[in-house]
Amino acid sequence: MTSPSAGWLTGSLTRAHPLTTSARSITFTVPSWPGNDAGQHVDVRLTSPDGYQAVRSYSIASAGPGEMIELAIDRLPDGEVSPFLVNDLELGDTVELRGPLGGWFVWRPDQPQPVQLIAGGSGVVPFIAMTRAHASAGNSVPMQLLYSLRTPEDAFFRDELSQLAATVRTTWHYTSIVPPGWSRSAGRLTAKDLQRETLPPEKTPLTYICGSTGFVETVSRALTSLGHAPDAIRTERFGGT
Amino acid sequence: MDHLDGNVLAGPITGFFDFEPTTAQGQCQSCADIAALGQAMVYGQPMGFVARCGNCDNVLIVIVERAGQKSLNMRGLRWLRVADPVEQNRI
Amino acid sequence: MAVFGGRRREDNPALPPGQHLTESFPVLSAGPTPSMDTADWEFFIHTETGKTHRWNWGQFLALPSADITVDIHCVTSWSKLGTSWRGVSLDTLFAEVETGFDFVMAHSYGGYTTNLPLEEILDGKAWIAYEYEGAELDPEHGGPARLLVPHLYFWKSAKWVRGLTMQREDNPGFWEEYGYNLHGDPWREERYS
Ligand SMILES: Cc1cc2nc3c(=O)[nH]c(=O)nc-3n(C[C@H](O)[C@H](O)[C@H](O)COP(=O)(O)OP(=O)(O)OC[C@H]3O[C@@H](n4cnc5c(N)ncnc54)[C@H](O)[C@@H]3O)c2cc1C
Repeated sequence: MTSPSAGWLTGSLTRAHPLTTSARSITFTVPSWPGNDAGQHVDVRLTSPDGYQAVRSYSIASAGPGEMIELAIDRLPDGEVSPFLVNDLELGDTVELRGPLGGWFVWRPDQPQPVQLIAGGSGVVPFIAMTRAHASAGNSVPMQLLYSLRTPEDAFFRDELSQLAATVRTTWHYTSIVPPGWSRSAGRLTAKDLQRETLPPEKTPLTYICGSTGFVETVSRALTSLGHAPDAIRTERFGGT
Repeated sequence: MDHLDGNVLAGPITGFFDFEPTTAQGQCQSCADIAALGQAMVYGQPMGFVARCGNCDNVLIVIVERAGQKSLNMRGLRWLRVADPVEQNRI
Repeated sequence: MAVFGGRRREDNPALPPGQHLTESFPVLSAGPTPSMDTADWEFFIHTETGKTHRWNWGQFLALPSADITVDIHCVTSWSKLGTSWRGVSLDTLFAEVETGFDFVMAHSYGGYTTNLPLEEILDGKAWIAYEYEGAELDPEHGGPARLLVPHLYFWKSAKWVRGLTMQREDNPGFWEEYGYNLHGDPWREERYS
């Protein structure tokens, strides 16, 4: 792969569909996009007619070669950029993109360690790319996902994750409302949940955590207390509390 | 030996800055901890990016971007070690 | 085609150029929130003679305080109008301080610094604030106490303030060193140097 381009590329929106009532998948065609690793992100830059600019980072849900990249955006009620991307952007509209960015929070098919992914809310996006890369490489390294979300309606890519269940198992965890007949009650992820639902330190996994800053803080602290080496934990904080 | 002009740095420095920053290893000036930049804690947005040591909170790097110019200060790093691009930029 | 507007920059005479209104109170910090027990808290003013004036939390609260209602302006372009605070005027704290220097460096718990001309924090223009909207100041907004210099961009209003050191020259503080304006007047849009 070539190194990240220093400048800004132009992407035009070629596909879009709702993921939840507040989130949307948006796919851009980006001429000269060099392809990307699973877990990388892009910076999106929007410019208003009077020249004002706003830049935000978004994980890439897709992975591999090609000129199309898929993003999945959750709309924050008071947000400046996310409501525009979720509600307003139309097919054919263009945005500026800088990337692919990052080499730390990525997963590559030649990594030997078992992989534990832990997502909070929209933090699942880079893991979608990782599960896709895992599937398309026919990889045999164990990979599993623990996905914490507020309610069943908030799930991104539920069908796709269910279809992958044979190779990458997803454990669903609900913090505020559980589906009918669910065996667990709703609540925040605790150290006990993590101990029960994630690969233990003895399996020497590489554990990736992604979500709001508060979520990542809590989970990474709990994992360290369960005996995971700090170097075996990779984190991506999205901001917020 | 006679010294050379700074021009000679064009090659080595261009080569140096063509790297993936988040996997580069750096040593904290303050506590000597060695970590990937991706492990630093970043504060200060949107005024700038203040990267602090995950071990001792020392400021490692500050980046301020504004229209037409960006500045980088790496005073908090003792050194930065970068793998050659061929080694790491693969899909 | 969708047109990006960004946060609306309004035509409001209370807003300095390039600012927009916010109802929330965004949090911006150059580092982690220090956990500060008021039992260990202290505020100092250090002068060129080597003299240090000190107040512990009890002594500080015993000083006359004022209710302040002001507009605040962050360099990242949000403004918040009519915020109310309670704090001690720097005129009160400087009453006994003798100095020939014209500038101060504010120091915070956690290591943050910001520079100010002395004349910008005297004559009823600045306070050490410890209450916000009638309640004790939240740690994420600078509690137990922060500098409040509302007529300058808000990065000058150092959170978790612990003291002021007099300086002869206007040496730059944390953000000022990285290109933010030494002075920071929002009405003149002094964002960068
Ligand atoms: C590396 C990286 C990857 C990211 N990937 C994604 C992604 O794949 N999908 C996605 O939807 N978002 C992602 N984000 C978050 C995204 O960059 C923006 O922060 C988010 O879209 C909000 O921007 P905004 O302009 O709408 O809100 P802003 O106007 O910036 O903020 C509005 C309010 O929301 C708060 N806030 C900001 N960010 C968050 C947050 N993440 N959670 C909760 N509250 C917040 C702010 O403090 C503020 O009060 C990522 C962030 C990073 C750093």
